[in-house]
Amino acid sequence: MRIRVDPEKCQGHARCYGLAPELFDIDDYGLSSVAGDGTVPPELEERARLAIANCPEYAIGETG
Amino acid sequence: MTATPAVEAWESDFDVMDPGYLSDPFSIWDELRGSCPIAHSNRRGSNWLPTRYEDVTVIAHDIEHFSSVEVAVIPFKGEEPEEPVLAYGLPPISADPPLHTWTRRLLLPWFSHRKVASYEPMTRELCRRLIDGFGSEHGVDAAADYAQQIPVRVIARVLGVPADLADTFTGWVRDVLEFADDAERRQRGMGSLIDYLLPELERRRSEPGDDLLSELLASEVDGRPIEDSVVVGAAALVLIAGVDTTWSAIGSSLWHLATHPSDRARLVSDTEVWPLAVEELLRAYSPVTMARLVTEDVEFQGCPMRAGDRVLMNFPAANRDPEVFPEADRVVLDRAHNRHVAFGSGIHRCAGSNLARMELRVALEEWLAAIPDFRLADEAEVTWAGGQVRGPRCLPVVFS
Repeated sequence: MRIRVDPEKCQGHARCYGLAPELFDIDDYGLSSVAGDGTVPPELEERARLAIANCPEYAIGETG
Repeated sequence: MTATPAVEAWESDFDVMDPGYLSDPFSIWDELRGSCPIAHSNRRGSNWLPTRYEDVTVIAHDIEHFSSVEVAVIPFKGEEPEEPVLAYGLPPISADPPLHTWTRRLLLPWFSHRKVASYEPMTRELCRRLIDGFGSEHGVDAAADYAQQIPVRVIARVLGVPADLADTFTGWVRDVLEFADDAERRQRGMGSLIDYLLPELERRRSEPGDDLLSELLASEVDGRPIEDSVVVGAAALVLIAGVDTTWSAIGSSLWHLATHPSDRARLVSDTEVWPLAVEELLRAYSPVTMARLVTEDVEFQGCPMRAGDRVLMNFPAANRDPEVFPEADRVVLDRAHNRHVAFGSGIHRCAGSNLARMELRVALEEWLAAIPDFRLADEAEVTWAGGQVRGPRCLPVVFS
């Protein structure tokens, strides 16, 4: 599983970081991006799906 | 304050300050969603009140038709001075781009995860001190003696102003937000706040510290210092937006836990549920409604909105929309799908949301660690404030 954050949509709610801090980086302005290249280790896939399902801006997507 | 006539038709004559609405807006929103999801009222000017998640979030993202230059839910009825001290209001909340964009960037780093983590120890210590202060009492007002005491002191630290003025700051903020129907009181609250901040600004010009006010003064945008009116407006915003809101969320959550023993027990025993539970409490008891000003005549979902009308961004009602949240009126602590908009949606997402979330979590953690079992002393004594910010103002609880 691989995920990405759409920087145009992210408004810095930081819900993804709250649910899966291993998978996301947040800058000082609150904007989120995926950690590394966005590859999700199998044991974190459930949390990645949780992060996707809780983003109020629909900014996180699965890319493969 | 003048008493307003009772509401007979919520679809066409709603009143967000109606006593019934203050204590139980939920059943009114449920009814409106079924009959007239965007209600209208001519009380306090021409106002629209959307109640569906989709409508609220679409409007929040349409900044072209729905401006933030007037975000007060209760429009100001008094006389505006010809040359207001705050020429730009309270940016970035009361601004559209481009002013919104650069003022927001100035504030955001103060509420980053890193910064917020640095405020957590003092928040925890403060909560413990407040609880220690209950002494051997078996009952307190969880709103006035606890919830209300926390955010104002954290915000004072951020701004670099003395925490012993907490009660004074709280009074001003309540004048501006809660008693907004009383033009004189509202003006006095805002005036006092500005009159306090202006000399503080001067003091920091000569003796800068490491606080938000000093840093704003020292900041440059496009190679030029920031106008004082923007600095004071942004500082006033931090105080106004950081006090009533978070205290209301803490108070509402304590009200919920006082009245729902099984949720209380689960939070005490199940630490893993906390990250979801805090968001669920924010969803179910979202405190904040903001207004938008319609910029040009537009038909939205069949509603003929006119330029100058206001839309009350009912984020609390959006978060109770059963189309988006199954069993929306029930608190499900481990709700896994929860795209709540308690902190708004779009470019005006609450800049202090990380701070608010930390304060809510720490306040509840410390309360439950010390007082795992408590209930309302007398339901009839609970009072609620509302309009711009909803939360309990009197919340007597008892514990053993």
